[in-house]
Amino acid sequence: MSRQRLVVIGNGMAGARTVEEILDRGGDFAITMFGDEPYGNYNRIMLSNLLAGVEDEAGIFLNDLAWYADNDITLHAGARVERIDRRSRTVIAADGTVTPYDKLIIATGSSAWVPPISNISGPENGFREGVFAFRTLDDTRGMIRYARDHERAVVIGGGLLGLEAARGLQNHLGDVTLVHALGHLMNMQLDERAGTMLKDSVEGRLGIRVLVDAMTTEILGEDRVEGVRLADGTVLECGLVVLAAGIQPNAGIARDCGLPVDRGIVVDDRMLVSGEDDIYAVGECAEHRGELYGLVAPLWEQAKVLADHITGRDPRAAYTGSKVSTKLKVAGVDVASMGLSAPESDDDEVIVYTDPKRGVHKQLIVRDGVLVGATLVGDNSRAAELIRVFDRGEALPEDRSALIFNIGASTGETPVAELPDDTQVCNCNGVTKADICAVVHDGCKTVSGVMEKTRAGKGCGTCKPLVQRIVEWAAGGEAEEDPAASWYVPGVPMPKAELMAAIRKYGLRSVSSVFDKLVPGGEHDAKSKMGLASLLKMMWADQYVDERDARFINDRVHGNIQKDGTFSVIPQIKGGVTTPAELKRIAEVAEKYQVPMVKLTGGQRIGLLGIPKEQLPAIWADLDMPSGYAYAKSFRTVKTCVGSEFCRFGLGDSTGLGVAVEERYQGLETPGKLKLAVTGCPRNCAEAYCKDVGVVAIGAGKWEIYVGGAAGAHIRKGDLLATAESAEEVLRLTGRFLQYYRENANWLERTYAWVPRVGIEKIRAVVVDDAEGIAEALDAAMEASVQAYQDPWKERAEPATPGQFRTSLPLTALPRVPVRS
Amino acid sequence: MTAPTQTASTDDTTRKAPAMTIAPIERTVLGPVDEIPFGEGRTYAVGDRMIAVFRLRDGALRAVSAVCPHKGGPLADGQIDNEIVLCPLHQNAFDLATGCSRSGLPSLDSYRVWAEDGQVVLGG
Ligand code: SRM
Ligand SMILES: Cc1cc2nc3c(=O)[nH]c(=O)nc-3n(C[C@H](O)[C@H](O)[C@H](O)COP(=O)(O)OP(=O)(O)OC[C@H]3O[C@@H](n4cnc5c(N)ncnc54)[C@H](O)[C@@H]3O)c2cc1C
Ligand code: SF4
Ligand code: FES
Repeated sequence: MSRQRLVVIGNGMAGARTVEEILDRGGDFAITMFGDEPYGNYNRIMLSNLLAGVEDEAGIFLNDLAWYADNDITLHAGARVERIDRRSRTVIAADGTVTPYDKLIIATGSSAWVPPISNISGPENGFREGVFAFRTLDDTRGMIRYARDHERAVVIGGGLLGLEAARGLQNHLGDVTLVHALGHLMNMQLDERAGTMLKDSVEGRLGIRVLVDAMTTEILGEDRVEGVRLADGTVLECGLVVLAAGIQPNAGIARDCGLPVDRGIVVDDRMLVSGEDDIYAVGECAEHRGELYGLVAPLWEQAKVLADHITGRDPRAAYTGSKVSTKLKVAGVDVASMGLSAPESDDDEVIVYTDPKRGVHKQLIVRDGVLVGATLVGDNSRAAELIRVFDRGEALPEDRSALIFNIGASTGETPVAELPDDTQVCNCNGVTKADICAVVHDGCKTVSGVMEKTRAGKGCGTCKPLVQRIVEWAAGGEAEEDPAASWYVPGVPMPKAELMAAIRKYGLRSVSSVFDKLVPGGEHDAKSKMGLASLLKMMWADQYVDERDARFINDRVHGNIQKDGTFSVIPQIKGGVTTPAELKRIAEVAEKYQVPMVKLTGGQRIGLLGIPKEQLPAIWADLDMPSGYAYAKSFRTVKTCVGSEFCRFGLGDSTGLGVAVEERYQGLETPGKLKLAVTGCPRNCAEAYCKDVGVVAIGAGKWEIYVGGAAGAHIRKGDLLATAESAEEVLRLTGRFLQYYRENANWLERTYAWVPRVGIEKIRAVVVDDAEGIAEALDAAMEASVQAYQDPWKERAEPATPGQFRTSLPLTALPRVPVRS
Repeated sequence: MTAPTQTASTDDTTRKAPAMTIAPIERTVLGPVDEIPFGEGRTYAVGDRMIAVFRLRDGALRAVSAVCPHKGGPLADGQIDNEIVLCPLHQNAFDLATGCSRSGLPSLDSYRVWAEDGQVVLGG
């Protein structure tokens, strides 16, 4: 018997996933797929990220065209099926083809629901120009293109999609208003209070204007969209309208050929269209037990059942409906919801916690001791746990507050070992802990490999950290890194140690020579230049061949670029200790150049902000102070406290030592920024415990040296490296530690990541006990770097390159930084 | 596993993403080529347009609009290779030859530019 012919209408997330599941089960069909969109299958969820500019088009594809070819699937991309002829068992498509089927799967998804708004349609089918739905890649591209030439947008609809559209559009134009017909945002998932909190966050934090109880009645404008009119007569001016008021299943072709359609195409528990033996429907177009689903998780379950059934793998497989829970970042705000959004009877127990100041709202609904609904806004740290409890109907702890707060556990993370095997890790793709472990045990030990195989983390992406933890746990500490993840920079295929060896072997002293010699094909890579420049400077000190184009703009002009293209000038003030004369000079400069803002920085010095590039050399000359390096991946500051010189409790001269440390190591280029502190006693007024290197006086001339501390994006107390007997020893060990870090850390890897990665024991063995016999070499390399220091702000009489300080700006086009008076 | 272009038929490619758009501009001599160091860019005002001209390390010139469509970053301050410029503010990449964004932003205008007798010549 020849192979059965399987035809799939709809090449979206459900259609393509179902075919994958069928192939996984060894299903032997001659497969033909029709897709209205002219592409392979992409991740529709990611359109939000694409619009927001955080993902590019290449990154959202799930099955590229090669996948269809590889699996022997005939794909008609860009060909809409117009009719199903059940009598002749064929589908007729817009490209003129008539394709016979033995089995048919309808996976046509949904499209935007269009509320009655006058003047919304265009001359042909579809919307008029300037009005967009938010469903497809083409919609998204269209919006991005259109937003370029317009300043104001109105988004109609305050659900998930509308919020995502509004957030994304903000990236492209200045003024976005969201108009919602009902009383509060996300009314399908949230109760009124939660919806109101969400509105406050979206307005306050994102600056999106939100109008509720606002019914749009008309699109204004003749040739171009000029605005929208609301039912109360209000007119909102805009050049772009996005319609996201709801979705409606694409069930037209099913209805036309006489298949049962209510709101969607009616299917039974095997995903067969009701009463049919050979026609299935799956995804958003299907209506199962009266339910329509608008999220991806349910369709993964449907696809599995359909595949089990159609391939005969498990004829009794049954889909019984999905318990829908969502855990999302909506427009930048964490939202999770599951089950009921409001109590249904007086017996339902409702637990509510609201903190309007932080924009946090949590509500649980409990019935007979079981969680039947939960809503979280502003804080999703408990969401995974709650979803698990909800999905399984687990018994709840007597003290319900434990469900809402992270009592006891400081991180709110359950250790991987304690997560039950069937815990759903990736809600978007329906991947459990057990699925991930199975792949790891089969030998795939890279996070990216596991993501590829299981698809975990390939939906909205919020579960990636958990996926990584599980892979590491399952591999028993043997998780392998992606080869590319281990490269020092993306454009040169080598890890740091190998790269350094090759650079030495060939004597490569410039960034361009590294590309020419070490990259197959000699391709240069803009994203790799800065990291290479830093490495070469560290390796060759004064013999480094400094190609200025390898530098990031900050390093070309020795200032930090700011949002309006101006620069900041932060002179060195060693240890935070200054003098009246210095303060006067700074004040005079600030007056003379009408510096927009003078600020005490978090690094114990003084910042002059908002300086045009052209003025930099003159300002440096007038200041006559060295650069503070507040712009480079380099040694930055040493904060100090007043110490034994003045303080009643001081146990050591922390200012003196801090100044000496900064004097010696100023300006060193390093893989990540270095911020140090020396503090006069364990009261820690200089915050030494949370610095890259922090030195604490403990009396009797001794100092503790902590390394790998942080209190920036990441908070970590440093690890004690050694207790030094003298200030000289502090200087020496600091230098050796810094050199070891410079030679071994990855590009942009701060000490707070590098120290725990390598381990403090190992570092102590090398740096303090010289276990590898390299201490002398480290000290010598550091000495060479120290000697090569030059104050970059001396580079001011003559520009180093033509037009080094020439403006790159039409300043008016940028958001100007406000001038303070 | 993902290929950058996913378009099924060539007809569609040309309709959806024009291969290269060169913005028309009158022939203008901008100044000596040596004003632009190798591997860097400089901004020039041409009429009311601001144009960033880059000199690749192999000597070729490229010209695109000077202002990043994301948040107005000064592209001439960006780092380049032979293909792209990275905006200095948020590191979005743009193709130097076509002006196309590599991250879903609107494209830059790109201009014809070449060196003639040591001068940078634009448009024409
Ligand atoms: C000016 C200053 C804020 C202030 O007004 O006080 C500042 C300003 C910036 N910080 Fe900072 N940081 C400043 C002290 C700090 C501190 C406090 C300190 O030094 O003790 C920290 C926490 C300590 C730390 O880093 O461990 C700090 C942690 C960060 C971080 C987070 C780094 C991390 O990995 O945790 C960033 C982002 C980054 O590096 O990617 C950052 C990035 C920035 C940048 C460079 C953002 C940028 O790339 O444009 C800001 C430049 C503004 C500008 O226009 O020049 N800044 N920043 C402070 C300058 C200190 C100085 O005199 O050099
Ligand atoms: C911007 C956006 C963000 C989203 N975010 C999330 C999220 O964070 N989490 C979540 O769970 N869900 C999210 N969703 C919903 C999710 O994308 C959908 O649930 C999912 O794509 C539905 O899959 P489907 O295959 O049923 O429909 P689709 O993916 O829409 O696929 C249907 C395909 O069939 C094609 N088609 C229709 N009719 C025909 C025809 N007659 N002939 C040929 N082809 C046809 C369509 O062109 C389409 O390509 C989001 C959706 C959007 C639009
Ligand atoms: S915390 Fe630092 S990086 Fe953030 S806005 Fe302030 S100065 Fe900029
Ligand atoms: S302004 Fe250019 S990337 Fe943000």
